[in-house]
Amino acid sequence: MTAEDLREKQTEELARQQGLQNRILCCTAAGCISCGASGVRQALAAEVEARGLSDKVEVCGTGCMGLCSRGPLVLNTASQRLYGNGVDAATIVSGSAPDQPGQSIDLQAPFFTRQTKIVLANSGRVDPEKLTDYIAAGGYQSLAKALEDMTPREVIEEVKKSGLRGRGGAGYPTGLKWDLVAKQAAPTKFVVCNADEGDPGAFMDRSVLEGDPHRVLEGMCIAGYAVGAQQGYIYVRGEYGLAIQRLQNAIKQAEREHLLGSRILEQAFQFRIDLRIGAGAFVCGEETALIASIEGKRGQPRQRPPYPPASGLWGEPTLINNVETFANIAPIIEKSGQWFASIGTAGSKGTKVFALAGKIANTGLIEVPMGMTLREILFDIGGGIPERKFKAAQTGGPSGGCIPEEFLDTPVDYESLAKIGSIMGSGGLIVMDDTSCMVDVARFFMEFCMDESCGKCIPCRAGTVQMYDILRRITKGEGSPADLEMLKSLAVLLRETSLCGLGQTAPNPVVSTLKYFPEEYQAHIRERRCPAGHCQLAPTDQEVPA
Amino acid sequence: MVTSPAAAKDNREKMLERAMSRHQYSGAALIEVLHTAQELFGCLSPPLLKTIAHKLKLPPSRVLGVATFYHFFSLKPKGEHTFVVCIGTACYVAGGFGLVEKLEHRCAKAGHTTEDGKVSVETARCIGSCGLAPAVIYDGTVLARVTPAGLEAELNKIGVR
Repeated sequence: MTAEDLREKQTEELARQQGLQNRILCCTAAGCISCGASGVRQALAAEVEARGLSDKVEVCGTGCMGLCSRGPLVLNTASQRLYGNGVDAATIVSGSAPDQPGQSIDLQAPFFTRQTKIVLANSGRVDPEKLTDYIAAGGYQSLAKALEDMTPREVIEEVKKSGLRGRGGAGYPTGLKWDLVAKQAAPTKFVVCNADEGDPGAFMDRSVLEGDPHRVLEGMCIAGYAVGAQQGYIYVRGEYGLAIQRLQNAIKQAEREHLLGSRILEQAFQFRIDLRIGAGAFVCGEETALIASIEGKRGQPRQRPPYPPASGLWGEPTLINNVETFANIAPIIEKSGQWFASIGTAGSKGTKVFALAGKIANTGLIEVPMGMTLREILFDIGGGIPERKFKAAQTGGPSGGCIPEEFLDTPVDYESLAKIGSIMGSGGLIVMDDTSCMVDVARFFMEFCMDESCGKCIPCRAGTVQMYDILRRITKGEGSPADLEMLKSLAVLLRETSLCGLGQTAPNPVVSTLKYFPEEYQAHIRERRCPAGHCQLAPTDQEVPA
Repeated sequence: MVTSPAAAKDNREKMLERAMSRHQYSGAALIEVLHTAQELFGCLSPPLLKTIAHKLKLPPSRVLGVATFYHFFSLKPKGEHTFVVCIGTACYVAGGFGLVEKLEHRCAKAGHTTEDGKVSVETARCIGSCGLAPAVIYDGTVLARVTPAGLEAELNKIGVR
């Protein structure tokens, strides 16, 4: 396929879609499938056929529509009505209002209108299993533009201009990283997509891969062109079966149409992408551990430098970016870096995808411009906390912190979150109300880090065990005042001396809860009581229910 | 068509061999090969690990090291039914540990299988279905917003005492 064929195909498919009377879009992301989306889709197809509308009405599966708590979601595009759980197929196909007003979801609600979608622009609109659908939405045009009209240097300059920073959590400027890899003289280089989304409570990357896999492939392919690599790997979590299946399908489709493989778009550029399936180790999100895992070894990090741009996979220069970072590339090339830089704050450009979960009305997937305040995200988009009182928001998973109510007006960007002791992280945003015990939350995350420590360096291997043990004792009512000092000194030790990010950031949830909720620790230690009523402090032999 | 167990076993060995040859018996493909082996045989028994080590020309210690490092690989056979309780943050906030307790009370400790080989109880660090918390994967199907009572009903259905 040439760039010309690509544009032709787009016109053709758009004309076909416009010729239809109606398109009914069913969310077939993993969340909605667990709520029975496959059955709904079949019922809709049967209903369309029964009415003899098969050539006028199309029933398509799409990626995540965002409002996971109301799933399975179905959008009737002709009547622009979004249906939630429990509406019969006849009502949906006719596009009429459901019997119960609660089953129809208002598309003008702040949940939808306050979002800005770049990464998720196609999610919920495009069938992730059909390449033509992605092409109709303008897919692979950015790749064509890069290959036809831009030099690799110009691509990197555009990414630099955009101000895009790594979406995996650390926020390293993407353009700079690309530049580092491009400057290496080695003939063999690699592009790796980190899809080992391990933070408990985060499902952004999975949703992007399930909802718009071609977007990630296109981003990686452009990156390969920019840095001079011919081989890419996507390292995806083994738990994400549907994402793996859709990626495999997308890679096959793209290869068939010469959008991947040799002579891409009939130009002298080749790029292959292979999948590597992870095997359930959180530490493999760390780049050097991820590389070890792709090489078939235990996923243990190594000392840096050398950083992967100098010496990565099999010792060759390697570019590693997160799923969401790659998903931002095609829009940047299409609309310019300047356009991207006009969204967000001075230091954090563009948008960020968050997975809203926990004690919040609208759980699901959202995308907002950088710099929006937590209050706007949680109360306008998230719909607030049902019934009870807000206590804390947790960002950044086991490497992040708990943000109390007094900081709800903090803008969400890399710098502001770091200032209040949390991190942007990959995008998990978990809300807790006054029934959550913050000491137990700290214990929960420390248990996670203890289990996931790879065991290579002693501060992390032994330190997490010590910190966990102290926290466990406190939640059981066996803590002493000296424990708090010990926790603080261990936190410094882990942060300063651990080999990789896992150990260095493991104390963050403890430090932030100690700082913002000291009275809860004191109540457990001095009064042997849990203010949230969560921990059972009676001195029994029973395990503390969490 | 019914295949005898011996014939099926034969076939599995062939399929594993094919997976290894697809990767040119390269040691770098160890994790892919282990994935395939576990899919075919249900678990990674020590003799199976030894065979893989031999074929990929890797020290058995390296193969065992990798197999035990990753949570996904299991060296013991699974039960007839498997309950995987998600204990990611969202499920933790929504009461996932209550479900673990219920299963541990009625079946086996997390990470173990009942003595009669009927039920395996496992926990997972976030299955990415946070919008559906607390979630349980029951024999490969995700159950959403599970309550201890709902879990009880599932256990009764398969006749767990």
